[in-house]
Amino acid sequence: MTAPALSLKNLSKSFGPAQIINDVNLDIAKGERHAIIGPNGAGKSTLFNLISGLYTPTSGTVSLNGTLISGVPPHEINRMGLSRSFQVSNIFANMTVRENVRCGVLHSLGQGYSFWKSVTSSKAVQEKTFEVLEHCALVDKANTPAALLPYADQRALEIAITIAGGANVILLDEPTAGMSHSETDRAVELIRKSSEGKTLVIVEHDMGVIFDLADRISVLVYGEIIASAPPSEIRGDPKVREAYLGDEALPEETA
Amino acid sequence: MSDATQNHADLAPSTGAKFRQRTLPILIFVAIILAIPMTDPSRTMLTLIHQMAINIVFALAYNMLLGKGGMLSFGHAVYFGLGGYFCMHVMNWIEEGSGIWGSYPTFFLPVMGFVAGGLAAAVIGSFSCRRAGTTFAMISLGVAELVFSGAFMFDSLFGGEQGINGDRMNGPEVFGLSMGPMQDIYWFMAFWTVVGIVAMYAFTRTPLGRLSEATRDNPQRVQFIGYNPTRVRWLVFTISGAFAGLAGGMSAVNYEIFTPEALSLIPSGFVLIMAYVGGITYFAGPIMGAILLTYMSSMMSDFTEAWLLYLGLMFVIIVMYAPRGIAGIVFGFWDGLRGAQSGEFLKRTLIQLAGCLLMLLGLIVLVEVSIRWSNGWGEVFEPYGMHFGHDSILTWIVIVVPIVAGAAILRYLGREKEEMPA
Repeated sequence: MTAPALSLKNLSKSFGPAQIINDVNLDIAKGERHAIIGPNGAGKSTLFNLISGLYTPTSGTVSLNGTLISGVPPHEINRMGLSRSFQVSNIFANMTVRENVRCGVLHSLGQGYSFWKSVTSSKAVQEKTFEVLEHCALVDKANTPAALLPYADQRALEIAITIAGGANVILLDEPTAGMSHSETDRAVELIRKSSEGKTLVIVEHDMGVIFDLADRISVLVYGEIIASAPPSEIRGDPKVREAYLGDEALPEETA
Repeated sequence: MSDATQNHADLAPSTGAKFRQRTLPILIFVAIILAIPMTDPSRTMLTLIHQMAINIVFALAYNMLLGKGGMLSFGHAVYFGLGGYFCMHVMNWIEEGSGIWGSYPTFFLPVMGFVAGGLAAAVIGSFSCRRAGTTFAMISLGVAELVFSGAFMFDSLFGGEQGINGDRMNGPEVFGLSMGPMQDIYWFMAFWTVVGIVAMYAFTRTPLGRLSEATRDNPQRVQFIGYNPTRVRWLVFTISGAFAGLAGGMSAVNYEIFTPEALSLIPSGFVLIMAYVGGITYFAGPIMGAILLTYMSSMMSDFTEAWLLYLGLMFVIIVMYAPRGIAGIVFGFWDGLRGAQSGEFLKRTLIQLAGCLLMLLGLIVLVEVSIRWSNGWGEVFEPYGMHFGHDSILTWIVIVVPIVAGAAILRYLGREKEEMPA
């Protein structure tokens, strides 16, 4: 059996006396689309920060494709094939959309920290940049400074930078937060398209998006995973209903 | 949606645009450099031009950090100075003809400055670049103080208060330049200024140059595209230090002396002002800043003893009202002229200019009258045969009225702009 794409073992994180993540165990298989839901303050973003290397676990481990990554700096985790987006748009505001994406592809195409050749000298970089822009429907805005993009496009750029390096494990932190219905539909399509053949972990509040996209859902409450199952089972789980969702929040099964 | 025929080449600027934005400016610059000797400049003029050349390279090197890298350094003269000092030593080794140095041409001394500045920056940057922002700024200040005071302790390296001097007219000649007369030094300066500008512009176009901008905008995100922001900062810092050392090497050849003052906070502050006044968001900004401030610092002291005060005022005003610097004003004016409402824009700008000039007039009289009054030598400010005594009521009217009138005009224009529909 191959190792899971992501494996969290007895993972805990405390800030002083506050225990934010408490003994989390979770395996996410390769190619799975996995959603993490939970009320505000449940520790979803902290969990993402632990997985992506921004925080070091207080105890427990994180493994990526069977390799231990807890304690490894974020940029090295990224090179091992894990990429993430942020809840708040986290782009290179003073650069154009094209330059944003181009920065995202540089390392995966072996450009390293080179300062002896032009950034335009590699044809592969230009082509990959264009491919990602096209994929995210940003070609028309390629030469717009990122800070001037409309909100929905900034979120699309956020995803574009995340997938530009070709990572096979993608973490998305509330990619549709603050979007209108039509914008959300477009974003979901983009996420579905981008995560094909890859492992996706997504934190999201929009239940419609979650039940539409996810193969499996984990419910995080007060730093603990109280349930981890396919959407159909989560819907019926009385523990989840009680702890978090409230009866009216669940989409009807017939919908 | 994009159609299938589109490809990546469509996104890049056209050949024509590239020529206009990249090749043409440097051609014009080279043309000016070639034209200057034909005007048969005086010795004073040449001295000024050489200082400008040094400052252009230094300010551009500094802006690699501040403008492109988002790192505010209060001690960049350290690398300028260490580069320059090393060149002074090499200059003396050339004179002694010891070892391989006997065959090293003085013309290429800036290369040694580049190496020395880069090495020093690589060592110091290895601990100062861990963090950006305030931490980096404070460390740069501390290092500058440390190196400056160290320079007085290690006499054999820095020559104490007298510094180290040398003679540039040794070693083999290249390009038929004996490096003696000022005209020879002119070509030396021209060569290294162009090399410096082209190299530093090219750097902005490399992957590391782009990553430097990305790290300035968002160091956290840089981590998640596979780069270590600390390493990006360190590399940029090293390269910036190397170019500062190159400028130091140009200075060593020009003055044939280096003293510890060159490492102090004063030139460090001056290069910050040059880059900022010129405009740190533009590549050409620091070039403009270096030319203007070098001119001001050498020429204005002939006109007024309060020139440092004017310099400070200008810096404060630029920071507050024109944060994109002189380059921002120049390019903004150019864009406005080519814009849709150029007539309206020109009118506005002229009124604005009139307001500024009025305020400036009042301010100059205020400063000049005050400084003479404060000196207490009974001197009186008498421009163009006019008489402004500090005890005359007329003087104070000439001070207050233009300042108030100018301020009112600028305020009115500001209001009007707010009321205009966007």
